[in-house]
Amino acid sequence: MDTSSTHLETGAAHEAETLALREQFDTEEQQRDAATLGMWVFLITEILFFGGAFLAYTIYRSSYPAVFGLASSSLNLPIGATNTCVLLLSSFTMVMAVRAGQLGQRKAIIIFLIITMFFGLAFLGIKAYEWTEKFEEHHVPALSNFFLEGTSLQGQAKIFFSLYFAMTGLHALHMVVGVGILLFIIWKTSQGTYSPEYYTPIDIAGLYWHFVDLVWIFLFPLFYLIDRHLPR
Amino acid sequence: MNQHGEPSHHVDSVRTYVGVLIALLIATIVTALVATLDLGPFNIIVALGIACVKMMLVVLFFMHVRYSTLLTRLVMIGGLMWLAILLLLSFVDFGTRGWIGVPGK
Amino acid sequence: MATAAITAERETYLNSAYGLKSWLLTKDHKRIAVLYFITISIFFAIGGTFAGLIRLELLTPEGDLVSSETYNKLFTMHGVIMVFFFLIPSIPATLGNFFLPMMIGARDLAFPRINLLSWYLLIAGGAFAIFAMVAGGVDTGWTFYTPYSTSYSTTYVIATALGIFIAGFSSILTGLNFVVTVHRMRAPGMTWFRLPLFVWSHYATSLIQVLGTPVIAVTLFLVLCERLFHLGIFDPALGGDPVLFQHLFWFYSHPAVYIMVLPGMAVISEIVSTFSRKPVYGYAFVAFSSMAIAVIGFLVWGHHLFVSGQSLYAGLVFSFLSYFVAIPSAVKVFNWTATLYRGSISYDTPMLYAFGFIGLFTIGGLTGLFVASLGMDVHVTDTYFVIAHFHYVMVGGTIMAYLGGVHYWWPKMTGRMYPEGFAKLSALVIFIGFNLTFFPQFILGYLGMPRRYHEYSQEFQLLHVLSSAGASVLAVGYIMPAIYFLWSLRYGPVAGANPWGASGLEWRTPSPPPTHNFDRIPVVTFDAYDYSTVIPTEVNDVGH
Repeated sequence: MDTSSTHLETGAAHEAETLALREQFDTEEQQRDAATLGMWVFLITEILFFGGAFLAYTIYRSSYPAVFGLASSSLNLPIGATNTCVLLLSSFTMVMAVRAGQLGQRKAIIIFLIITMFFGLAFLGIKAYEWTEKFEEHHVPALSNFFLEGTSLQGQAKIFFSLYFAMTGLHALHMVVGVGILLFIIWKTSQGTYSPEYYTPIDIAGLYWHFVDLVWIFLFPLFYLIDRHLPR
Repeated sequence: MNQHGEPSHHVDSVRTYVGVLIALLIATIVTALVATLDLGPFNIIVALGIACVKMMLVVLFFMHVRYSTLLTRLVMIGGLMWLAILLLLSFVDFGTRGWIGVPGK
Repeated sequence: MATAAITAERETYLNSAYGLKSWLLTKDHKRIAVLYFITISIFFAIGGTFAGLIRLELLTPEGDLVSSETYNKLFTMHGVIMVFFFLIPSIPATLGNFFLPMMIGARDLAFPRINLLSWYLLIAGGAFAIFAMVAGGVDTGWTFYTPYSTSYSTTYVIATALGIFIAGFSSILTGLNFVVTVHRMRAPGMTWFRLPLFVWSHYATSLIQVLGTPVIAVTLFLVLCERLFHLGIFDPALGGDPVLFQHLFWFYSHPAVYIMVLPGMAVISEIVSTFSRKPVYGYAFVAFSSMAIAVIGFLVWGHHLFVSGQSLYAGLVFSFLSYFVAIPSAVKVFNWTATLYRGSISYDTPMLYAFGFIGLFTIGGLTGLFVASLGMDVHVTDTYFVIAHFHYVMVGGTIMAYLGGVHYWWPKMTGRMYPEGFAKLSALVIFIGFNLTFFPQFILGYLGMPRRYHEYSQEFQLLHVLSSAGASVLAVGYIMPAIYFLWSLRYGPVAGANPWGASGLEWRTPSPPPTHNFDRIPVVTFDAYDYSTVIPTEVNDVGH
């Protein structure tokens, strides 16, 4: 016979779920740990996502060092360095927002997130300016007027700029997504969703933002710095 | 805040974060300046070395890995290890091309 | 119907809410599993139809049924649909989704909304792939090798690649969800070494999904960029290296083989134990062999590049490493076999599929050693030998396990038994049809019949006809379960909580399970496969 009927308690009393304790979890700590672990697992997928592109870069950098060095030198170093600093500043304000979240300072969360978003948009603005320069310098591989001065190996130069646009483009796309996430968190914070007991989304958004920063920390030396010293 | 010493509830001081930020900014300026000097093969080592230092600062302080569980660290190290597998085993091919002087092998 | 009255007494995940919306917006892992089940069944039917057309064309040596261009599209779309839209989600997203939380004593996965999102991503990806097929198809082969896919093919490469890209995120999110769930959602007392081996294998699978899939995503992204903007990253005319594409592609796609087969092994461990009424022999070895397969699987991808212009030294290294996968695979096969020894074996349908799996996977695995060996592989690369090898692993392995698992857990999922006699018959038909289809292909390949040709020499016809005949038997075998499963939904005997006398936590809750899986979260005080704690229930035959 169906013994299941003997298992039957009255509707398995589940309390109404809250944001800090969703129904599938037993404790708030369990939920918080799960969210953090989930975000870290997501971040390693991001490491490997960019990793494929880094492999392509590494292979061609080692195969065509001369042309890649030449192409590196053509990038605008002051702008690249400035942008790195802008992004580091945004990471700082982001971590300050998380700190404000830990302390439950709603106003401070919003202010720091708005500043973070401002830095993020500034980064994207500077990036857009840099890309426009590339159009003027005929360094866009998709266009027929592509030409890098100082070498006859235009194919290899094209590969450099292809990787440059693909990787900085992917990075910029992550920034745009990050700005969207910040907007959402700002809106939620203004609604009073978060408290010192439940600020996981701010924490998670912070992890994402810092990761995007980390990617740039490597893109910057790889594209702008290596072999810049070589005499031309 | 730090009720029961839960790992995710550590609150760092503002001073710590400012210190980390200043270190990151200085490292950026240094690496940009060093790139224009000729250090031979050390240019690439310095550039990537400084990048790794910056990464560690961001990961340990801004991403709170200093306080995180062993599992979080394992996840992070695992991700980097798999990136290393991708790069190293690919270089087993690209690094040994042409060793025997037969085209295509 | 007397049975309807019995099942209506109690709230289950099936009757807790009604209407399309209650399914399309559900966060219940069991309902999402059912959505996946329906989705991948449709994809299987589509992919199977392409396979049928391929076998029909190959009945005669002349290319008389379809043109060579159409034939290229047929085998490409067969591969794309079967690999990315059927095999990858097959067991994890249906059986894994349904039973992984139940086996560890959880109310749901850690992230139910992400679980639903991943189903929608599969649908979105599938929509792109189906659009590409309807609009005119794609002819690059499921491997999208460059520079053909980036520079020369005039078919719908972009839509298909985009579809796979999106479906990849579905796979990543499922994997992520499982990893977090296994780490954080286990019931009190459910330690790692009390986990059923099903959970271990799925955990290993999830790691591969998380670590491998992003690489194919970025690879397809680069292919898309190259095709749209003519970048040259994989274009030898500009100094790009097509072999780099193959490295990136197989870094995911070789481990993807284990995404497909590890969940199959997960199912087999459960079935073999239940129907031998013994714990799986050498539990820890089987558990760690799953993890070993996941790790070693990432170190061998270069064996797909032996004749692609990869360096000879890399070939040696990858060939050497490839043999190591045989060790954990063999551990599993030996331990399943040892589990049977002195077991109290019953030959119910799931067990027949498990026997099928063990035999066919062994053949598939052993022929894998042939193609892993550098010298031998030069002879059989791109022949039907390779086709037969991976179909023995994927169809003879994964699909056998999948069908075995669906039979095994059908009473739990639906509360109804399927008709045992028909099920045994169909298992037999599938086994015969499968071997008739694919065994001749080993011989064909060894004799030199290349893959991806729609015409062939006269001398190969007999073997091709045998293979096509087998395919039609196989088709009958696949259609039978579709019919009797649907029949059983209404007319099958009521199953009870534990018709097999199995030991997992999923059998210690009613069939079909309530929305939150357990009326009370269990406290686990026993090891996996501890049959002393099991009270089997009898099948209630009143509705028959």
